Amino acid sequence: MRIRVDPDKCTGHARCYGLAPELFSVDDYGLSSVVGDGTVPPELEDKARLAIANCPEYAIEDVSG
Amino acid sequence: MTDVRPVADWKTDFDVLSPAYVDDPFSIWDDLRESCPVAHSDRRGSTWLPTTYKDVVDLAHDIEHFSSLDITVIPFTGEEPEEPVLPYGVPPISADPPLHTFTRRLLLPWFSHRKVESYEAMTRELCAGLVESFLADGRADAAADYAQQIPVRVIAAILGVPAELSDTFTGWVRAVLEFADDMEVRRDGTIALIEYFVAEVERRKQHPGDDLLSALLQTEVDGQPIEDSIVLGVAALTLIAGVDTTWSAIGSSLWHLATHPEDAKTLATDPEAMPLAIEELLRAYSPVTMARVVTGDVEFEGCPMHAGDKVLMNFPAANRDPAAFENPDAVVLDRAHNRHVAFGSGIHRCAGSNLARMELRVAIEEWLKRIPEFRIEEGAEVTWAGGQVRGPRSVPVVFP
Repeated sequence: MRIRVDPDKCTGHARCYGLAPELFSVDDYGLSSVVGDGTVPPELEDKARLAIANCPEYAIEDVSG
Repeated sequence: MTDVRPVADWKTDFDVLSPAYVDDPFSIWDDLRESCPVAHSDRRGSTWLPTTYKDVVDLAHDIEHFSSLDITVIPFTGEEPEEPVLPYGVPPISADPPLHTFTRRLLLPWFSHRKVESYEAMTRELCAGLVESFLADGRADAAADYAQQIPVRVIAAILGVPAELSDTFTGWVRAVLEFADDMEVRRDGTIALIEYFVAEVERRKQHPGDDLLSALLQTEVDGQPIEDSIVLGVAALTLIAGVDTTWSAIGSSLWHLATHPEDAKTLATDPEAMPLAIEELLRAYSPVTMARVVTGDVEFEGCPMHAGDKVLMNFPAANRDPAAFENPDAVVLDRAHNRHVAFGSGIHRCAGSNLARMELRVAIEEWLKRIPEFRIEEGAEVTWAGGQVRGPRSVPVVFP
């Protein structure tokens, strides 16, 4: 599984970071980005899906090929 | 106290200050979503009330037609001062880009995840001390003795103003938000708050400290210091937006736990349940309704909106919309699918959301650590305030 954050949609709710700090980082302005290239280790896939389902801006995408 | 005419038709004549709406807005929203999802009223100027998740989010994102230049749910109809007290309002919340953009960038780093972590120990100590102060009594008012006392002190520390003035700050914020329908009380509260910060700004210019107010005064934008009236607006916003809102969320959450002992037990015994539970409590009891002003005649969902009309940003109703949340009126502590908009949506997403979340979590943790079982005192009355911010003002509880 691979995910990305759309920087044009993210407004810094930081829900993803709160639920899955292993997968996201947030800057001082609240904007989120994926850790590394967004590849999700199998044991964190549930957390990635949780983050996607909790983003109020629909900014996190599953970009698995 | 507000005295409003009873509402006979919520579709065409709603009143958010009606006791029926303050006590139980949920059933009113349910009826409106079925019959008239964007209601209208002329009681406080031409005002629209959307009730679905989709409409509220769409409105929040359309900043071209729906401006933030007036965000008050209850319009100010009192006598305006000759010179505007705050010519720029309280940015960024009451601004559109570009003023919104640069003032928001000034504020956000003070409420970043990293920064908020540095406020946690102080918040925890404060909460623990408050619970200890009434623990032996076996009873307390979870709203007035606890929830109300927390955010104002944390915000005071961030702004660098004395915690001893907490009751005064709380009084001003209530005058602006809770008693907004009494124009004299509201005007006096606003002026007192601004006058206080005018003096503080002068003091900080002489003796800068390690606080938000001092930092704003030392910041330059495009090589120029920020105008004092913008600094005043940002400072006033930080106090006004950071007190009543979070206190209401803490109070509602404790009211929920007092009336749902099984949920209190879950949170008292399983710390891992907390992150999702906090979001669910925020969803179910979202305190804040904002407003926008229509910039030009526009049709929205079949409604003919005119320039100058108000639109209430009904985030609490969006969060109870069955089209967006399964079984929305149930509090499901481990709700996994929860795109709630308690902190708004779009470019005005609450700048203090990380802080509010931390305060809510720590307040519940420190309470449950010492008082895992509690219930509403028999015969006692729970009272709620509404309007721009909905939350309990008195939650008398007893504990063994």
